[in-house]
Amino acid sequence: MPDQLLFAIEVTLNGLMAGVMYALVALGFVLIFKASGIFNYAQGVMALFAALTLVGLQNGQVPFAHLINAIFGTDVHHFGWHLPAFVAIILTIGVMILLAIIVERYVLKHLVNQEPIILFMATIGLAYFMEGFGDMMWGSEIKKLDVGLPQGISESIDATTYNWFGYGFFIDRLDIVATVIAALLVISLTLFSQYSKQGRALRAVADDHQAALSVGISLRFIWVLVWSIAGFVALVAGIMWGAKSGVQFSLSLIALKALPVLMLGGFTSIPGAIVGGLIIGVGEKLFEFAIGPMIGGATENWFAYVLALLFLVFRPQGLFGEKIIERV
Amino acid sequence: MKTKLATLALTAVMAASPVMAELVFPSLSYRTGPYAAGGIPYADGYADYFNLLNERDGGIGGVMTKVIECETGYNTEKGVECYESTKGEGALVYNPLSTGITYQLIPKVTADGIPLYTPGYGRTSAANGKVFSNVFNFPANYWNAASLAVNHLLDINGGDIKGKKVALVYHNSAYGKEPIRTLEELAAKHGFELKAIPVDHPGQEQKSQWLQIRRDKPDYVLMWGWGVMNQVAIQEAANIRFPMENFVGVWWSGGEHDVTPAGDSSNGYKAVTFHNVGTDFPVFDEVKTHLVDAGKAAGAANNIGTALYNRGFYAAMLLAEAARKAQEIHGTPDITPAMMRDGMEALEITEARMAELGMPNFGPAFAVSCENHGGPGTGAIQQWDASAKTWSLISEFGGSDMDVIQPLIDADSEAYAAENNITPGCN
Repeated sequence: MPDQLLFAIEVTLNGLMAGVMYALVALGFVLIFKASGIFNYAQGVMALFAALTLVGLQNGQVPFAHLINAIFGTDVHHFGWHLPAFVAIILTIGVMILLAIIVERYVLKHLVNQEPIILFMATIGLAYFMEGFGDMMWGSEIKKLDVGLPQGISESIDATTYNWFGYGFFIDRLDIVATVIAALLVISLTLFSQYSKQGRALRAVADDHQAALSVGISLRFIWVLVWSIAGFVALVAGIMWGAKSGVQFSLSLIALKALPVLMLGGFTSIPGAIVGGLIIGVGEKLFEFAIGPMIGGATENWFAYVLALLFLVFRPQGLFGEKIIERV
Repeated sequence: MKTKLATLALTAVMAASPVMAELVFPSLSYRTGPYAAGGIPYADGYADYFNLLNERDGGIGGVMTKVIECETGYNTEKGVECYESTKGEGALVYNPLSTGITYQLIPKVTADGIPLYTPGYGRTSAANGKVFSNVFNFPANYWNAASLAVNHLLDINGGDIKGKKVALVYHNSAYGKEPIRTLEELAAKHGFELKAIPVDHPGQEQKSQWLQIRRDKPDYVLMWGWGVMNQVAIQEAANIRFPMENFVGVWWSGGEHDVTPAGDSSNGYKAVTFHNVGTDFPVFDEVKTHLVDAGKAAGAANNIGTALYNRGFYAAMLLAEAARKAQEIHGTPDITPAMMRDGMEALEITEARMAELGMPNFGPAFAVSCENHGGPGTGAIQQWDASAKTWSLISEFGGSDMDVIQPLIDADSEAYAAENNITPGCN
């Protein structure tokens, strides 16, 4: 097989894996938009906050240590424990549920029936608040994330493809794990929304929240539920991305990678987030591989948006979005 | 009536006079946001040195120093706002730790007569003091760094890197593109093949770049990164099993926070530096005594001795020495920004003086002049030991290839002078 074809296959496989990572971020946006029509600007910061909390709890870091020390003249930084990753993840999920309750009680509850742009603005405020709060709570230094995820080249794929083609493909083991987790996440979310009582209530609210209210579904409970699930998805995304770069404040910028995925896959479709992520991942990587060197490289950021825009021209609601029909 | 008038006049005079003169050193820092991991230790080091002078010596020449911090978030617009809001407070010199902010401030500081200090960053050709009268970038700049990295490759290859493949992974910004021209010249001179690979901001996703490196199999990879780009690049290099000892970053890619997220995989990674590393200097004992133990250290006092802390500390030391020189030249302890500029231009750092300051061999001995605001352009190579979690210098401080760099500085600064109607010259 020609070298260029082998390289293209390797790039495609890695593009698929990168797409899964983008989809993990996009999923959180989709869940909240689907259930409440809110474009949650704070989703990237939620991933950052979840990852910060996870590492902080795991390492026994005292929250607000700088503040406490500055006010009381103490010198406390650590509790002296190191929690197992599993326990820290469970506790972090608890914190994200608490966050969902607080967001519902102190932000969303007061904005029921407001225009979508007002709700969007509220999430911008929430994003900046959470970023500052996270900084104050856990500090802004880069933290190593260690939850036992494998990383680095998959030796078996490298060896197998080398035996087949004379060229070993690079696939990061972390990306394989991310793919498996994303698949499990989508299956779980689909089963939850199809077969559980809360899931059906969530879908009912997504279809018509006034009709849902009229049959006794609590809008407030659904919002807490959906923000909790989005918080959990943010934690998964934060773990996967944080494993690559350490947990640091630029993690919030991963939201930028989710936007073209949402434009392409649609804001209301969970499978759309996955398929959109895969198309963006493969598209941008192949474009960088084939065309990038001719035009100076670094094409991925803008090409993802160009690709999404192309899809939008032909299908404004995205690939899997619900078609907007307004009857007069 | 006369008494009332006299009282009023006295009150007016007292109100107009400063209560106590201070030497003001603004710190345009970034302790929040995506670049805080680099900004915090630098700002801590910068503040600690001036605080040490206050606590130990009663300031500089008997005048206390004052560091005014202004948070820029590494944002150029905020940096300019910080400049505008602090320059009226008697600011003697600015050190914005951002190439973007530096470019915006160059015309402003020149018009306002305030010196701008950009060690190891900013506009490289500002080394030509005949054009950039108020900008100083001693002791080394980006182009020196590029040459120092190539010199290291020459050293480990017996002086011959002809035919070697060198990839430059760079932040796709004005900062990241700085070394390309110099490296192209050096590639032509030494016969190595250079391939520049850009990474878009912020650099969280670099799969394409490292797959390309895996395919191209360069002998060495150089890196011009900042922020998350550094950590991801080092992790991706480890993922493709690129030998870390063949991976050399610029000094802005050589902090502890750049290597620690990759854990043991980052062992052996190298970076260029223009100052020494670690805490094995007498001055740090004094920092402990006068600042840490007294609860007066900047921040959480947990960055002392890290690469970026030492850089901020070193920058403050050089500025303090320049202020001392300005006091000496003008015969007054209360110096103005214009006097500070003169002090910076007449600065002379000797090995004896560094030893006296408790910082022997912390940086090079050098002298600044009107013709050369860039200093000697010397540097060394530091290498990361992941198990000990320390940087060590693995080379002596050496010079860069000024035969290649000086013509580039001259050409760029002359073009700037022509664009801005500046007549180059020394007063």
